Amino acid sequence: MALAAPTETYPGKVFEVTIGTAKTAVFGGENVLPFHKFDGSVPNKPVIAYEIQDVAPEDWPDAVREVYGDAASDPVKWALFCQNELKAQAIALRLTGTHPDRQDRSAEDAAKTVKDVLDKIDVPLIILGSNHVEKDAAVLVAAANAASGRNCIIGKAQEANYKTIAAAAMAQNHKLVAMSELDINLSKQLGILITQMGFDKEKLITDPMCSALGYGIEYTYSVMERIRLAALAQNDAVMQPPMLADIGMYVWKVKESQAAEADLPKWGALKERGIAWEVVTAGALLLAGAELLIMRHPDAVSAVQKFVDEL
Amino acid sequence: MLIIGEKLSIIAKRVREAMLNKDKGPIQEIATAQWKAGSGMIDANIGPAEDNGEDLMQWMVTTIQEVVPLPVCLDTTNFKAIEAGLKIHNNQWGKPLINSTSNDPERFPMLELAVKHNCQIIGLTVGKGGLPADAEERSAIAAEIMGRAMEYGLPLEDLYLDPLVLQIATSQDHALQVIRAVKMFQEMNEPAMKTVVGLSNVSNGCPKHVRPVLNKHFFVMLMNAGLTAAIADANEIAEAMKLKPQIDDVLAGKTITDAAKMAETTKTIDVITGKTLYAHSYLEM
Repeated sequence: MALAAPTETYPGKVFEVTIGTAKTAVFGGENVLPFHKFDGSVPNKPVIAYEIQDVAPEDWPDAVREVYGDAASDPVKWALFCQNELKAQAIALRLTGTHPDRQDRSAEDAAKTVKDVLDKIDVPLIILGSNHVEKDAAVLVAAANAASGRNCIIGKAQEANYKTIAAAAMAQNHKLVAMSELDINLSKQLGILITQMGFDKEKLITDPMCSALGYGIEYTYSVMERIRLAALAQNDAVMQPPMLADIGMYVWKVKESQAAEADLPKWGALKERGIAWEVVTAGALLLAGAELLIMRHPDAVSAVQKFVDEL
Repeated sequence: MLIIGEKLSIIAKRVREAMLNKDKGPIQEIATAQWKAGSGMIDANIGPAEDNGEDLMQWMVTTIQEVVPLPVCLDTTNFKAIEAGLKIHNNQWGKPLINSTSNDPERFPMLELAVKHNCQIIGLTVGKGGLPADAEERSAIAAEIMGRAMEYGLPLEDLYLDPLVLQIATSQDHALQVIRAVKMFQEMNEPAMKTVVGLSNVSNGCPKHVRPVLNKHFFVMLMNAGLTAAIADANEIAEAMKLKPQIDDVLAGKTITDAAKMAETTKTIDVITGKTLYAHSYLEM
């Protein structure tokens, strides 16, 4: 007698999100747990975006900086390098330089950077603030306006600044990242507040807050897993947007991706160590349910891409 | 159902100031209001009270019993304060209740006090380690507390098992585990063990307008599970009792005519039972 494999089906489904215009990227849309293709429908693979910044990445370790070399001195050159040389599916421009403790660039300067980058690239763009709640409110509104008509992702809207950012994203017809800090109930609450403004829940992306392997990844994993179960098993519409894992910025500041071989010879080659750290962090969060990843090292991206293709 | 009026807690600013200034007015006013609203006992929560615990507890017990013919629930971790309160408690209106012993060795001496002064005691089902994960862990701790009570010579009818209510805003899964634990505790002895909860902790951290809704629904569900006593605001319990027929109807799968009430009750039951994920605005969804 032939064995009939049991399948697990759910009443809920993750929203499918399309970003970009000339070239697009699509993620989400599945009605099963991550990679459980045998249980139902998984129409899209996770999308990986390359992270770039509006200012030179002085705080990035050499292992990543050397990949970009001179290109990283200018956001337009950097974006083109990612698009043309690395064949990026999407690019995430982080406006780090707008942070008051960094270069404190103005919202107008940030908007110009966004426009300059968008003028040259045709892959989808994710526009992120510097994670300073007050400054982001001004910067992201200007950025959303500058990116008008390009179907970008704007982020991150948090409890303290979601109103202005969500309003700008809504006015310019962009997608929006809603971030809460590793708390599933607050993640749901932020989703409710944003949709109560009239923002379409199918244009949201949830960021439950990322963390690197060894630095609290189990919390991110657990919150992501529970968000996904609420979306599928409880058919909770607020929890059905796809999820973002903003990996690179967490991985490339931990000791394991930076400590010199001379200091810690037992830890192995520094270059491979950082890449491995980014790959393992990304792999774990893909299994937890992330559909959109933001990463830094091309070798890590290739390894994760291979992992996604084989699963 | 025994309601232990909860409003006299050091956490409340007005009560704390009255305790500090030994101002009987607010204490007696609150105690009287809780009595009139149906409390059968008054909780006196003086906090850890490390400095003047003995005096403070005696003052609280006397102040309450001057105006209210009820026993007092002595609520502090300070052993000496409990003993001082028990010494002057007027048992004519019923046995006092110690809040509480637990599975933490530091709290074992509270059992000795209960035996020595022939009073009742709450057994909080937590140990020295972390919080209990589910109803089963709560029951395992309850069994240990019961065993210890018998060793010390405390009649089990003087022991109230408390499953430890946690905040639904951060520990949603526990709400259902507490209801299950109340059922399981009763089966651990014949006649059934008595049970008690600190009701309002379920809604701690929730928006002000959501708190009474959660408290009342949770209370009715615990009552249906056989709860013996609740440390709660007697006024809120009176409102919960008015709502009980309609909550019971929804729990039984019936539709009630008032659509707004139907929605509120359905959503709240779903949150308590974990069918939907809690969010502060869950009632608006």
